[in-house]
Amino acid sequence: MSAATPLPADRPAFAATGRTPLLSVRGVKTFYGNIIALKGVDLDVNEGEIVTLIGANGAGKSTLMMTIFGNPRAREGSITYAGRDITRMPTHEIARLNLAQSPEGRRIFPRMTVYENLQMGAAVNGGAHFAQDLERVCALFPRLKERLHQRGGTMSGGEQQMLAIARALMSRPRLLLLDEPSLGLAPLVVKQIFSVIKDLNERDGMTVFLVEQNAYHALKLAHRGYVMVTGTITMSGTGRQLLDDPSVKAAYLEGGRH
Amino acid sequence: MEVFAQQLINGLTLGSIYGLIAIGYTMVFGIIGMINFAHGDVFMLSAFIALIAFLILTSFLGIASVVVALILVMIIAMALTALWGWSIERIAYRPLRGSFRLAPLISAIGVSIFLSNFVQVVQGARNKPTPPMMREVIVLFERNGYAVALSYRQIVIMVTTAVLLAGFWYLVQHTPLGRAQRACEQDRKMAALLGIDVDRTISLTFVLGAALAAVAGTLYLLYYGVVSFSDGFVPGVKAFTAAVLGGIGSLPGAVLGGLIIGLVETFWSAYFSIEYKDVAAFSILAIVLIFMPSGILGRPEVEKV
Repeated sequence: MSAATPLPADRPAFAATGRTPLLSVRGVKTFYGNIIALKGVDLDVNEGEIVTLIGANGAGKSTLMMTIFGNPRAREGSITYAGRDITRMPTHEIARLNLAQSPEGRRIFPRMTVYENLQMGAAVNGGAHFAQDLERVCALFPRLKERLHQRGGTMSGGEQQMLAIARALMSRPRLLLLDEPSLGLAPLVVKQIFSVIKDLNERDGMTVFLVEQNAYHALKLAHRGYVMVTGTITMSGTGRQLLDDPSVKAAYLEGGRH
Repeated sequence: MEVFAQQLINGLTLGSIYGLIAIGYTMVFGIIGMINFAHGDVFMLSAFIALIAFLILTSFLGIASVVVALILVMIIAMALTALWGWSIERIAYRPLRGSFRLAPLISAIGVSIFLSNFVQVVQGARNKPTPPMMREVIVLFERNGYAVALSYRQIVIMVTTAVLLAGFWYLVQHTPLGRAQRACEQDRKMAALLGIDVDRTISLTFVLGAALAAVAGTLYLLYYGVVSFSDGFVPGVKAFTAAVLGGIGSLPGAVLGGLIIGLVETFWSAYFSIEYKDVAAFSILAIVLIFMPSGILGRPEVEKV
């Protein structure tokens, strides 16, 4: 395991060296019953960064995302967010700390309208500045604006993904966790979603932690990346370094430039 | 024609009460996928609370106006029954969440037995009557010596039900609490990720269901004038049938189901034999479920993923 390199040379968009990370995961072990899913994960996300976690199916990426939110709960190790230990906090309280997640499988409320789904996203701040935030996400995803009163479950996969991200944005998160936003989507939609992520980071200074199977796009977008193999982080570095690394190339990139 | 009109009025009255109870079944099923078998007994308990509150208000505090007394009784019954509903969920169901599916069901049957026995022990096994009230009727029309009458009580029951349902519908559709409830119904894990306290939302669902059962209990007492410890079972089963008939999980379905069961029962009693009225009600359920397996307003489980 190579040491995490602090500042990437090619994307000087942030300057987080020396500060405590916004999110820090230390020695986290998670189990499903008796089966170990995370075998002691260490990982940092600094304010203003896009950090990506790549790895094969079943490596434990989504488990880590959910463990950060306390469901399942880490059996060992600690998770700190903005200086607070959130390892033992109930999920709904973590969600009220200004971090939001667009989880694996999107999890749109299928029998609620797009508008209601977005209202749910704003539940943590009680709908203050709802109109303003609604306008903002509709500007990011114009497709949603046309479908505001359609039920979430009747939309296409790409639209549901946009809604899942928009819903997470409604809480004005400081840290946005995105789990496989490109899964199963047409290349054009993937491109659109990745450009929105980039905008959110560059224009609004939002910190993004991105889990992806689509390693090429994710590493190109991210300041830093981690590689996960069966519950352990095996490699880390800047996006550029990982893209150029022969073993990453062989395992995650060859033939995978989709 | 006269008989028909009269039975229509009676059926709608009875159906309103069933509908109010059915909402409690349907909401709890919607949110945690459990049939709360104790709900009928919560309804019975609320009728006793209403009875006691009514006697205290009229005999000891000397409130002379029946209308004022009834409004107060309803508020007291709703508050106390809601407290019972909350406690039952807390004590008997919440510890079993995450356990195997049948566990809370068995627990609910236990609560049901407990409640009816508890009331039997503290109130006695006999029917408890209320002093007659609101005996006035409005004669709508009279023909061949048969008067079609609408009693004040029936008006109160139907109007109260309609107003409460409208209010309740608004609550579920347009308030943050209602949205949180629907979110928990559709995806509890996601609701928690969005900052919704799932346990609290489930508690509130029980509280709301119990409060509506209390309204039904108070109206039942007003209508029939008597209540006994065993009165939870049959109305409970009927209301559950109504919820399934209307499509379990659907609020308008619960009310519609309640009205249908109430109407079938009254019409059957009037035109055929009163002994077989329950058979008629349950047969309708069987027939409807053959052709519409998810109930009249229930949603078939097809969704784009």
